[in-house]
Amino acid sequence: MFDTLSGKFSDIFDRLRRRGALSEADVNEALREIRLALLDADVALPVVKEFVATVKEKAVGAEVLRSVSPGQMVVKIVNDALVEALGGAPVPLNLLAPSPIPFLMVGLQGSGKTTTSAKIALRLKTRERKKVLLASLDTQRPAAQLQLEQLAQKAEVASLPIIAGQTPLQIAQRAMETARREVYDVVILDTAGRLSIDLALMEEVKAVRAAVNPVETLLVVDAMTGQDAVTTATAFNEAVQITGIVMTRLDGDARGGAALSMRSVTGAPVKLAGMGEKLDALDEFNPERIAGRILGMGDIVGLVERAAANIDQQEAEKLAKKMAKGKFDLEDYAAQIKQISKMGSLSGILGMLPGVGKIKQQIENANLDQTVFKRHIAIICSMTPAERRNPDILKASRKKRIAAGSGTSVPEVNKLLKQFDDMSTMMKRMNKMGGAEAMMRQMQAALGGAKGGRRPF
Amino acid sequence: MAVSAFFSRLKSGLSRSAAKLTGNIAAVFTKRKLDDEALEELEEQLIAADLGPAVAARIIKSFRSTRFGKEVTVEEIRETLGAEIGKILAPVTTPLEIDRAHKPYVILMTGVNGAGKTTTIGKLAARYRQAGLSCMLAAGDTFRAAAVEQLQVWGVRAGAEVVTAPANTDPASLAHDALSRAQKAGVDVLLIDTAGRLHNKTALMEELRKILRVIRKLDPTAPHATLLTLDATTGQNAVTQVGIFKEMVELSGLIVTKLDGSARGGIVVALAEKYGLPIHAVGTGEQIDDLREFDADEFGKALVGE
Repeated sequence: MFDTLSGKFSDIFDRLRRRGALSEADVNEALREIRLALLDADVALPVVKEFVATVKEKAVGAEVLRSVSPGQMVVKIVNDALVEALGGAPVPLNLLAPSPIPFLMVGLQGSGKTTTSAKIALRLKTRERKKVLLASLDTQRPAAQLQLEQLAQKAEVASLPIIAGQTPLQIAQRAMETARREVYDVVILDTAGRLSIDLALMEEVKAVRAAVNPVETLLVVDAMTGQDAVTTATAFNEAVQITGIVMTRLDGDARGGAALSMRSVTGAPVKLAGMGEKLDALDEFNPERIAGRILGMGDIVGLVERAAANIDQQEAEKLAKKMAKGKFDLEDYAAQIKQISKMGSLSGILGMLPGVGKIKQQIENANLDQTVFKRHIAIICSMTPAERRNPDILKASRKKRIAAGSGTSVPEVNKLLKQFDDMSTMMKRMNKMGGAEAMMRQMQAALGGAKGGRRPF
Repeated sequence: MAVSAFFSRLKSGLSRSAAKLTGNIAAVFTKRKLDDEALEELEEQLIAADLGPAVAARIIKSFRSTRFGKEVTVEEIRETLGAEIGKILAPVTTPLEIDRAHKPYVILMTGVNGAGKTTTIGKLAARYRQAGLSCMLAAGDTFRAAAVEQLQVWGVRAGAEVVTAPANTDPASLAHDALSRAQKAGVDVLLIDTAGRLHNKTALMEELRKILRVIRKLDPTAPHATLLTLDATTGQNAVTQVGIFKEMVELSGLIVTKLDGSARGGIVVALAEKYGLPIHAVGTGEQIDDLREFDADEFGKALVGE
């Protein structure tokens, strides 16, 4: 759903990643582009400004400039600010109140209130085993009450019988009376769509709110909403004190910046996401996941989070590409070892790679430690560039020279070569199995997607 | 139609939406030198009106070339910027003319969910009825609950017959049925409603194409207008939305709905630049006569805050 925005961010960070140390000018340039990307994603201007300022405050300074990989640090800071602006952890619907619990659904015309009302009813019925009553207060739009009644039948949820000529307030009161009498757990009051500047209709919904005192007042918002999100959210929040936001049509390809805007001007969490026209197409809105999708850089964020990581992502990707092509040479092996010594054990890293069980075992049996790495680097450094690129040319006399140069022995040189050979074979095999692209994807997932205490590399 | 009434009504709606924008511009430019900082602030105001960062930047760039470094007043800013936007919109300002050579003149109404297709059909039918044309409505949204009933209410209000089919009928077959009935009855205008669909749902877009194919079996020139209703609150995604609908169903024009709200509808400027599709009308309320001609100059000026 947020693919387009993710694409934008990927571009920006690709460029960042390609640089070495990140200067303050680089941060500024990146932030200018982030600002544009956010505006293109329909995040409202004041929210964009606040967001960019937050990121800048955190990004320009020692924290970033001292970091080994500043680009990754910026990614992390942007991600954190996004998650924070989107509301942190998912917030469930509030059901902690004496029955019947009134829910009030509000929003602009055509935002999807009626469909969402039915979806929530179905969700509460199936997941929470609640007895739900649906009532439409929409006396404005032709056949709106009928629409909710038909949806209620489809969801096999009760709906308040339609009595023509009643005002929204009368319907709301009748719904609550019915719910008390017939012992319903939750009453969902669907209202007519109204413009935030329509004072008469805003007064009407205020009166309904005052009469039923809803536990949840949910603002239903189309994910395609533009800059007006701020005006709408502010107006509805002032009028009826929103407790939550439902984003609809997130199954479209809108970038959904309105989620960020609405959340930050109302302070109310985005609770649910409409994902389609079917009545069960309603998901919990997960800010972490959405922010991750916006950035499209969850892997890097994960790496930075497990702070041990000083991995140079650029190197790692180059390496992964070479491995995918089966062109992994001793030079790359040395580069890898250098990174590894920053990160942790080789077996930990290889454990992340698909199909490496065998070699991992061998390495563990060999009882590798950091001094082994140092010796391996010494051996490789004692080779000529041609030897590193093509270890096959290493015969006895060359090996003797290398052993002498590195202060090791010929058996140790042989051991390294054998190990390297195993690795290359394994990589070529993997390459045949998956193809370069699949391999890259797996690499990416392995690099960043590690969960549950495993080291990131 | 009373033109002045329209302008005052549109203006009252638009000026509400522009109030904040205007306030900001006034705050920035009581009388001040048009420097980089001032231009940047102005650009941001345009972005906040949903013109999108790229279009806003382009407009400001052209504005800069004529006014940079000069002392300018708020009035001047409004005048020039409004005219600049009006200039972009002028070529797409085309009312929808019913060509009487086609009987019936077939209008296919499309759009994403909740954009206002059914309401707009009701308003259009009422307008054509007032102009002395007979209308028939086809309830092509056979998917959404009570969509048919909703159109039937509009049919009664506008005085137009509504052709319906049972729920979940193939909308193409309903459209075919409606066109053949309209041809037999000698109706002047046939308005075909469709279910709302997101442009990235390929199957649903194909369903729309099927409607085109099927009605062309009865009239190879139909539909004579394929319209998209665009919600004025829509942000930058409207560009993709209109692009895909245009490609899939040969859109001939747009109707911008809900322009009476706080949304400024600045995205139409970007759409005009990119696709040049005519904007036939704007929706300014829920009542049957809340449908107006689109006026580029008024829109441009109202957007900047006259």
